[in-house]
Amino acid sequence: MTVTAPRPAPEVGSARRRKEDARLITGQTMWTENITLPGMLHLAILRSPLAHARITHLDTSPALREPNVVAAFSGRDVADTQGGLPCAWPVTEDLVMPVHPPLAVDEVRHTGEAVAVVVARDRASAVDALAAIEVDYEPLPVVLDMEVALAEGSPLVHTDQTTNKAYTWVFDSAQAGTGGAVDEAAAGAEVVIRRRYRQQRLIPAFMEPRSVVVDASADQLTLWSATQIPHVLRFLLAVVTGTPEHRIRVIAPDVGGGFGGKLQMTAEEMIAVLAARRVGRPVKYTETRSESLMSAHHGRDVIQDLELSARRDGTVLGLRVRLTANLGAYLGLVGPGVPLLGAFMYNAIYKFPAYRFECQGVFTNTTLTDAYRGAGRPEATYAIERIMDELAVEVGLDPLEVRRRNWITHEEFPFTTVCGLTYDSGDYEAATQKARDLFDYDGLRREQERRRASGDPVQLGIGISTYTEMCGLAPSRVLGSLRYGAGGWESASIRVLPTGKIEVVTGSSPHGQGHETAWSQIVADQLGVAFEDVEVLHGDTRSAYKGMDTYGSRSLAVGGFALVNACKKVVDKAKPVAAHLLECDVSDVEFSGGAFRVRGTPDGGKSLADCALAVFAAHDLPDGVEPTLDADDVYDPVNFSFPHGTHLCAVEVDTQTGRVSIRSYVAVDDVGRVVNPMIVEGQVHGGVAQGVAQALFEEAVYDADGNLLTGTFVDYTPPSAADLPDIVSDRTETPAPDHPLGTKGIGEAGTIASTPAVVNAVVDALRPYGVDDVPMPCTPERVWQAIQNGGGRS
Amino acid sequence: MTRIQLHVDGVRYDDDVEPRTLLVQHLRDRIGKVGTVVGCDTSNCGACTVLLDGVSVKSCSMLAVQADGKAVTTIEGLAEPGGALHPVQRAFHERHALQCGFCTPGMIMAAVSLLADNPDPTDTEVREGLEGNLCRCTGYQNIVRAVRDAATAMRDAAGAPDAEAPSEVPAQAAPEQREVTV
Repeated sequence: MTVTAPRPAPEVGSARRRKEDARLITGQTMWTENITLPGMLHLAILRSPLAHARITHLDTSPALREPNVVAAFSGRDVADTQGGLPCAWPVTEDLVMPVHPPLAVDEVRHTGEAVAVVVARDRASAVDALAAIEVDYEPLPVVLDMEVALAEGSPLVHTDQTTNKAYTWVFDSAQAGTGGAVDEAAAGAEVVIRRRYRQQRLIPAFMEPRSVVVDASADQLTLWSATQIPHVLRFLLAVVTGTPEHRIRVIAPDVGGGFGGKLQMTAEEMIAVLAARRVGRPVKYTETRSESLMSAHHGRDVIQDLELSARRDGTVLGLRVRLTANLGAYLGLVGPGVPLLGAFMYNAIYKFPAYRFECQGVFTNTTLTDAYRGAGRPEATYAIERIMDELAVEVGLDPLEVRRRNWITHEEFPFTTVCGLTYDSGDYEAATQKARDLFDYDGLRREQERRRASGDPVQLGIGISTYTEMCGLAPSRVLGSLRYGAGGWESASIRVLPTGKIEVVTGSSPHGQGHETAWSQIVADQLGVAFEDVEVLHGDTRSAYKGMDTYGSRSLAVGGFALVNACKKVVDKAKPVAAHLLECDVSDVEFSGGAFRVRGTPDGGKSLADCALAVFAAHDLPDGVEPTLDADDVYDPVNFSFPHGTHLCAVEVDTQTGRVSIRSYVAVDDVGRVVNPMIVEGQVHGGVAQGVAQALFEEAVYDADGNLLTGTFVDYTPPSAADLPDIVSDRTETPAPDHPLGTKGIGEAGTIASTPAVVNAVVDALRPYGVDDVPMPCTPERVWQAIQNGGGRS
Repeated sequence: MTRIQLHVDGVRYDDDVEPRTLLVQHLRDRIGKVGTVVGCDTSNCGACTVLLDGVSVKSCSMLAVQADGKAVTTIEGLAEPGGALHPVQRAFHERHALQCGFCTPGMIMAAVSLLADNPDPTDTEVREGLEGNLCRCTGYQNIVRAVRDAATAMRDAAGAPDAEAPSEVPAQAAPEQREVTV
């Protein structure tokens, strides 16, 4: 019989206010840009004004005559030593991998590419001296459109290559043995729907501009960077620069957002390393917002051609996807693989019998594209959720009913999809029902009918997105099979200090997610210590030497698993110590409520702190007991994490002006068990906001010469508070069966779900006007134009 | 160089500055007030917002010399000398109105200024009042809640005559509260 002792309320599941906030709300944050080292110099970077050109003349020496300038150099000066920026995801064996020099040497291939550097005593002097650098360019033909780039006779982005096509990657369920053949499905179909969707180019637009400080004095290379990936970066710096890994320390101090945009080894980081070594003093570089928008990696920019085969009753028989992905001028760290993260998600929550996905990656004279919140999965979810609405219209069913006829029911889990993924858990019926109720779906449909009937110039549209996604990146073997260059494990270390306080070291690297709070909650429960007695260390390869960092909604799904495992190891190590203190056999010790007790004895237990002090003194330990309670764990997930949910959006569209207003938005997400509901809700709010931004507001635009027209926040327009609605966020809870906490990833779900919900609503509002698509972002101009082109009633 | 005198967070600073120096550069690079940050170069993001004689300004959009003789309050000077947080700071913490926190100094200072102008704003007035401050993480919903909570707290603390009247702030489901020291 277990004796139940009084124990504090569990931390996991409570809306703990964040530990991180104390420094962030008082202006005591350690941003990279706030770091000042003795003797530190400042960098400014001269960037190409042309999208494609040969550098015919470049002389940095006039800059050296400017005041306060210590050094100036160009790509040619470092051509032999600068190496190339890495691509860690060569998706095919024959992937075309052009060299990506940090500083352009002979040719520039997109506007904003770095061509020369000034190092000066202060930032203003460095920027001033850029004007003294002499550069002559010979313009080369520019190609911006990815379909033009693929056509015969197109100008080449890389004149030393024979093609602009980087790769072709195919998944076919018939070939993989995971499903049927799409051609057969189409041949037997009563309905075939073909659509082209365009994912516009987006810019992650994290609020903290990228910044890097490098100290290369002595034989140590220390780099502070506003990065999501300090651990990966350390490894890459060793490989790219040849610096022994043990002499490299990378620190991601407080980092102001990333959204995938700081999942990169950047030209600017390498340039700062080159500069610091050249001048023998620490250097700092912080980009301006304009530089950031122009040269930090972009996201999306994909053309999707879909062919959906179905029966007249709405049952889908097969889906074929042809995808063209604009990679930009160079390959990003994981850029070629982003479409692959979507490839396995086009079947979404549905039981499709046949599926084929073909993707071509294309070079153009634009800034490279890479991960942006959701990375591949928003694109897939958008396309399938849009075309399911088209199917509903075609077969004359409510769009929720079409989804219900195709989705995996909750009794069918675990379910192996047409892509070969095994979804571990989910309850699409429950999430959808809850969303329907919160949204008043039936009431809004009735209102829509009335407004359609009355010819209201402001029409009501209802948009649906029943999404799932694969996150918690990722099982290392699966990553290996997809030719990804690294593993997907995560690490955690617990240090039990002599006074019983706990230091937790995590290998994931937060930049706004709230790890310090959530990890403290988990450890408090696992070890029976106070939330306040846990300190979470991260983002410094000296203290947290092992990690795979933060992206792909992986921190809790993978890192949380390692954390729980490490805690269990601590308890196991403490048990023999407790047994010794309790003068009982170790097999008689039980640990619950933060105390080690003799089984069946409610009183007189020993705490972890008692054991910690005992091993610290180590005067009286049993033979063979190591005098520490510290423990590590590295966990490699057995599967992806599959959060899901149903988002419903109601918009009002003014058919006379094209203006779209979101009237209500309901997000019901199932992320399994929740460690901190406040943080989860925050992730949903922010994720939905970014998805709404893609649907309605944001687009990176180049002119015909390859100049970025959206190079400031005047033109690239992340929504303000006045642009966004309140949303209703709720949850259903289907625990992840393989996770010790039952949790699933939440970082990207909102963004993945919301874009199709909004656009489906806009299109739904305009069905009577003959509209079956509005390109994103659905600006008033585009909505109005779609109405004019629709041929419906005016 | 031009001689200027600023009172920043209650301390007097006399400096010679280049006339082209922006107020935010002066605050960060000379005075060491790095709690105030720069997020853009077109005055769109508002991350650099400070109070100048009590009114919010984007410190990237004015020259240091223009602030000569004035009092600047930054995020670092907002809490009371003993460390007690300003109601807006406390509400941002309680309402989870920040994630990465980069926009937060500017957002809080803009909110303080907004509440000075309008002690009882509606949701819409908060949203429009903070239109000049961008946040990429939160979707703003919790920021709006926080500003309205702070407004209530500040009105209550000021003993406003209508403090007894029913609040216009709808009763929000009280999240589980715990004592957290910040």
